[in-house]
Amino acid sequence: MITKTIFAGFGGQGVLMMGYTFAQAAMMEGYHVTYLPSYGAEVRGGAANCTVAVGDEEIASPIASEPEYLVIMNKPSLLTFQNRVTHGGVIFLNTSLADIKPTRKDVTVHEIPLAEIAETIGVPRGQNLIMLGAFVRKTSLVSPQSCLKSIEERMKGKRGAAWESNRRAFMAGYEWGQSK
Amino acid sequence: MHKKVLMSGNHVIGEAAILAGCRFYAGYPITPQNELAEYMAEHMRKTPGGIFIQAESEIAAINMVLGAAAAGARAMTSSSSPGISLKQEGISFLACDELPAVIVNIMRGGPGLGNIAPSQGDYFQATKGGGHGDYRTPVLAPAHIQELADLTMDAFDLADRYRTPVVILADGMMGQMMEPVIFKTPPPRQYDESYVLKGKEMGKSRFIRGLILDAIRMEEHNWKLYRKYQVMAQKEVRYEAHLIEDAEIVIVAYGTAARIAKGAIKRLREEGYAVGLLRPITLWPFPEKELREIAKKVNSFIVFEMSTGQMLEDVKLALEGRAHIDFYGRPGGVIPTPAELAKVIAYKARRNER
Amino acid sequence: MKKVYSRPKSLKPTKFHYCPGCGHSTVHRLICEVIDELSIADRTIGVCPAGCAVIAYNYFDVDMIEAAHGRGCAVATGIKRVLPDRVIFTYQGDGDLAAIGTAETLHAANRGENFTIIFINNAVYGMTGGQMAPTTLTGQFSTTTPFGRSEKLDGYPIRVSELLAQLPGTVYIERCAVNSPLNINRTKKALKKAFLYQMDNDFGLTMIEILSQCPTNWKMSPPDACRWMEEVMMKEYPLGIIKDVTAIKGAE
Ligand code: SF4
Repeated sequence: MITKTIFAGFGGQGVLMMGYTFAQAAMMEGYHVTYLPSYGAEVRGGAANCTVAVGDEEIASPIASEPEYLVIMNKPSLLTFQNRVTHGGVIFLNTSLADIKPTRKDVTVHEIPLAEIAETIGVPRGQNLIMLGAFVRKTSLVSPQSCLKSIEERMKGKRGAAWESNRRAFMAGYEWGQSK
Repeated sequence: MHKKVLMSGNHVIGEAAILAGCRFYAGYPITPQNELAEYMAEHMRKTPGGIFIQAESEIAAINMVLGAAAAGARAMTSSSSPGISLKQEGISFLACDELPAVIVNIMRGGPGLGNIAPSQGDYFQATKGGGHGDYRTPVLAPAHIQELADLTMDAFDLADRYRTPVVILADGMMGQMMEPVIFKTPPPRQYDESYVLKGKEMGKSRFIRGLILDAIRMEEHNWKLYRKYQVMAQKEVRYEAHLIEDAEIVIVAYGTAARIAKGAIKRLREEGYAVGLLRPITLWPFPEKELREIAKKVNSFIVFEMSTGQMLEDVKLALEGRAHIDFYGRPGGVIPTPAELAKVIAYKARRNER
Repeated sequence: MKKVYSRPKSLKPTKFHYCPGCGHSTVHRLICEVIDELSIADRTIGVCPAGCAVIAYNYFDVDMIEAAHGRGCAVATGIKRVLPDRVIFTYQGDGDLAAIGTAETLHAANRGENFTIIFINNAVYGMTGGQMAPTTLTGQFSTTTPFGRSEKLDGYPIRVSELLAQLPGTVYIERCAVNSPLNINRTKKALKKAFLYQMDNDFGLTMIEILSQCPTNWKMSPPDACRWMEEVMMKEYPLGIIKDVTAIKGAE
């Protein structure tokens, strides 16, 4: 089976990094993976998105016309992508930057107040990893351990203060997912 | 053996080239291949003897590559469609001078400025010579990132073996997309250095030139090149045959289009259609014999391209009327879904049955 | 008896194909004399152009490569970067250097590429039969300015040396001529200086512009061509050092 996710928001929110971290974690678990970022004129004006496909078989197209999952970091991205998600799919919504609800009634919506959680744990820049934690908990596409390893890899194995903040952010999201 | 990493196509080409001993890169910014030039800018400086030049134009870049190749370096340039048009002068000179070089085309929508979306509109340009004069270049068309890494390394060997420019033809999606890749450790470069200009040193002075005013001697040179191309056509054809054994319909597609085709085939097989794929990996030389072989058993072919039908002509030439050939194409940077392609093929299959 | 004149060693014993009175032959000889005097024939690589000098490799007994029209500086860049300890020169005419190859020339100069351009300015396209060159003088007749070059219709003659002298990447530019024994001697000195600079440094473009007679397309006898150059052409293209920061560098 192949599962596709679109991660979307604006540049600076760590959207591409979120997708990459997830994709790398899936790769470490031995899955077939593709990661396709938006590029060129698409990202002028500040929008950023990427598509990650994960599967136990060869992936034909890295593009998601009907993704199973949508990870939405702001309101414009919700408006752009909400109609793409497949029937019965799931939207992860950052309610801190999207004050509207999805119009789709045939999908599950997880509303996550990223700014609030980030403030509580004292990691204001960790919102993308909080989201990733919640995403991983709810989808079970990869294990949290692989995700943490992927984050560590990205930080070239340095386990300093930055690593600790990142781990905390990811785990806060993961636990949020558990509680809901 | 290197460890498995998740990398974009553009970066993979750069890394594979450096591992293969490429020490000279010149290029000019154009989307969607900028990440390759950027990778080279960073990593060539870190590589002993590595040279990176951001050229003032595509024309300058390819001519710098020509100079570097003449001086004995493994040299590469890259661009996207409009930029490759500009490079044709230099590619023609490389072919005539019999100098090895690798040229990467990360295709985008065209003609003209077109757009920056993935497309396959440069097939004719790449496989039919591209520039002026009577020549060919081997054209390698990867369909996934691992293959992109392997073919980039192979491209340098091919270039050396036949002393020819070699084209890697991929599209914006291959350039931008990331997939897991394990880099091989290529064997050390082996080539006949006799053509390299270093200054005559203790020996006799040499020259590299393409101007041959005497028609008979120019003709001789043309036939010499032609014989070389014949050897390549004999020895260098590569392709992938996917689910061909029991196929009643065979899709012919390359690169990104072949990936889409595989997705479509999966769906079609579930619906009971016996569909297979022939994926040329070398677009020139083209797997003509292989196609003809398949046509002994299969009567229905569908060429699928992200263009209005260019490889289609080579399939027709290869099959010479031996089978029914359909075509489906999406030019301009549109990438159809596997579902769309499956629908089209199912429709054509039903229609052909009637 | 003392031998006062002989063929330079690095000039092949081939008969020149150039027209009688053409400046190319003289310049070729001068380059070869300099190569011999500096003992660099074993490590010199020349880049020849499209134009009358396209088969210059038949005359120079050093490694040579032919560049596409205008691309000499790009090809030389590629060679010099790969082989920084070799002596590299391009041999380019006015059309090659200042029309179709303007971008390559300007940017090689701007990068301060460490090779030497030998720029032959004869104010006309010789090989193709006498069309207007970027350096053709105002009012000068050519096959594509049959009524004389008009500034309004055809633009102005370009002074490439002065143009390139503006760039910090150029270190030594001199305009010479081969119309008289005196000027020929000066040309040789300039060529030698450019090569010497290149050999001792790893940065900085050197260029010697050489006004060269094309009696055929000027439609003059060789002596008249030499006189016309002195009386008319040098008004537009005055001889002398245009830029020289080599001495300053040496003093530091
Ligand atoms: S046409 Fe002019 S430049 Fe060319 S060889 Fe004759 S005299 Fe020399």
